[in-house]
Amino acid sequence: MNEQTTLPEADIQDKAARDAAKKLETYEHGFHSDIEQDFAPKGLNEDTVRFISAKKGEPEWMLDWRLKAFRLWQTMEEPDWAKLGYPKIDYQDAYYYAEPTKKPELGSLDELDPEIKRVYDKLGIPLGEQEVLAGVKGARKVAVDAVFDSVSVATTFRKELESAGVIFRSISEAIKEYPDLVRQWLGKVVPQRDNYFATLNCAVFSDGTFVYIPEGVRCPMELSTYFRINAENTGQFERTLIVAEKGSYVSYLEGCTAPMRDENQLHAAVVELVAMDDAEIKYSTVQNWYPGDADGKGGIYNFVTKRALCQGARSKVSWTQVETGSAVTWKYPSCVLNGEDSVGEFYSVAVTNNYQQADTGTKMIHNGKGSRSTIISKGISAGKSDNTYRGLVRVGANADNVRNFTQCDSLLLGDTCGAHTVPYIEVKNPTAQIEHEATTSKISDDQLFYAMQRGLGEEEAVALIVNGFAKEVMKQLPMEFAVEAQKLLAISLEGSVG
Amino acid sequence: MLKIENLHATIGDTEILKGLTLEVAAGEVHAIMGPNGAGKSTLSYVLGGRPGYEVTAGSVRFNGIDLLDLDPHERAAAGLFLGFQYPVEIPGVSNVQFLREALNAQRGARGEEPLSGGEFLKLAREKAGLLKLDMEMLKRQVNVGFSGGEKKRAEMVQMGILDPKFAVLDETDSGLDIDALRTVGDGINSIMRAPDKAVLLITHYQRLLDYVKPDKVHVLAKGRIVKTGGPELALQLENEGYEAVAA
Repeated sequence: MNEQTTLPEADIQDKAARDAAKKLETYEHGFHSDIEQDFAPKGLNEDTVRFISAKKGEPEWMLDWRLKAFRLWQTMEEPDWAKLGYPKIDYQDAYYYAEPTKKPELGSLDELDPEIKRVYDKLGIPLGEQEVLAGVKGARKVAVDAVFDSVSVATTFRKELESAGVIFRSISEAIKEYPDLVRQWLGKVVPQRDNYFATLNCAVFSDGTFVYIPEGVRCPMELSTYFRINAENTGQFERTLIVAEKGSYVSYLEGCTAPMRDENQLHAAVVELVAMDDAEIKYSTVQNWYPGDADGKGGIYNFVTKRALCQGARSKVSWTQVETGSAVTWKYPSCVLNGEDSVGEFYSVAVTNNYQQADTGTKMIHNGKGSRSTIISKGISAGKSDNTYRGLVRVGANADNVRNFTQCDSLLLGDTCGAHTVPYIEVKNPTAQIEHEATTSKISDDQLFYAMQRGLGEEEAVALIVNGFAKEVMKQLPMEFAVEAQKLLAISLEGSVG
Repeated sequence: MLKIENLHATIGDTEILKGLTLEVAAGEVHAIMGPNGAGKSTLSYVLGGRPGYEVTAGSVRFNGIDLLDLDPHERAAAGLFLGFQYPVEIPGVSNVQFLREALNAQRGARGEEPLSGGEFLKLAREKAGLLKLDMEMLKRQVNVGFSGGEKKRAEMVQMGILDPKFAVLDETDSGLDIDALRTVGDGINSIMRAPDKAVLLITHYQRLLDYVKPDKVHVLAKGRIVKTGGPELALQLENEGYEAVAA
């Protein structure tokens, strides 16, 4: 990895600029003269997979890997065990490499849906960023410039990362620049045949992130997809791979509190984390995709596979998630605790309102001796929504002295929503200590009236009580996320009381 | 300052207040005493605007405005404070956070600037000192794990911080030992004894009135004020019982 420090200057410049240059290059030289279109037609077959791979200029092995996954996927059935109900997805009626995902361009922020504008304002998003998020004509360039300027900072950051030896790239770039590293780990945590949606992702993933932290390096800053997502549409099939070598540390922030509209209804991401001896990865997500309207129309289906391999002794992975968006959420960030004395943590707040459905939780697979895990799940349901915690704690026969603590709390607002807790516990070693606590409560009229009598409006009172309920999880979030995430909880529950 | 006329209120199908009339002038402390089930707590909830308590007739004017027309938080911003008989727990929310948000919401509603964190802490420390409540208690979650006496003292600290014009204190004396009773009594006097403020003390017992001298004492029975007098009425009630006095 030492070559990192000697990378040409061009590589540490903004990706958007390089992409543009590359596009021009491919046109001029006709590298991909067989591809005239910018998008693959609707539907999914081997040609689609080949098209995607060719579009990205991927090496042969990557195409083969995708094709293998695709063939596998064709033999698989969509799972139906989750407590979710949604119309059957027609996989042939979707785009898999798509220009059409482009949002309609707006002349100015005045043309933006006032509802979305209001939420942007409430979150305190600066106007420049609002324009980018809303897809205002010409805004992208401005924002990229802004990212450049405010982030001469970003360039400085990049230089800092490079000199620390940290690799932080889009996965497409990494496949080309660091093929050995990517090949070593891609699909090793979440195997190709893991599940229907993960297999689909293997075949058609659009882009994503690759992070590599070398041995003994403490990543000098929180890594965030935020800048990158502003600059490009990562799209519906995101792929993330983070490898933390011995004794390294990284904190990674994913997502965005701003509501994102997307014409793609189906999202199926895969995230793989690898932690070696004494390495620690902290992975925080705030997800606020379009949940559909108040009647449950539209909205994203989010089928995500996230898993961490705590391979090394004393390795540690913490998942923290605040899930407020999407019409359907199917998501179980998990830890495979192979290393001796390795640690897995899962902190989750999932909010559902109106007709949203969430089936989310975690799996803690204890294979290593002395491995420990903590699960804190806070489900908040309102409207006519359904919110399910589904979790597995498994202790292998050889894993002595395992400890797990699980706490699942559900908070109900109103009497038309549902909260469900489905814990699975499989223990094959008698030395394990497993604790499970679960509570279900309602926001009481007493609490609401008490807070309002002291001067808080109804929605402020609900926000205060809900944030108190979720506090154990919220305090796990990095500072810059925590404040916005608190506001987000309040916004997600607007109109749910009274 | 507070003018209640012919107030009727129901919970569900049951009428609890049946034509209650009462006037409290600025600078005064009034005590309301009465047997269980007379409607004392209902009166405090109706004044606070608690959902589920329906006013079917009558009026309440507060400094000239129609109090019943306001939402609970608007009543608070207008200067009304309820001391709860059973203060409510809010897990995960510290007293400091709760009160700062509440105070700044009230200030915002009145068109005043919010207090900064530093300014608020200074105020909170001062009021906590007044009620002999350890500042550490205010950093803990609202009423969670507080003893009965601590809850009541914390209520009075809240009152001190929010600085209302009019306080309705519902059995603030219950659950207090003798020393705490004196502390709370002194607190009420120092916070609320002012020419532009007034207090309605709801209590079963005369003992709090030893520390907070009422200007008037009312007997509430079966949803109405049946007798009004000076401080001596409280003593008479204590000696003779409600039935004898109110009959």
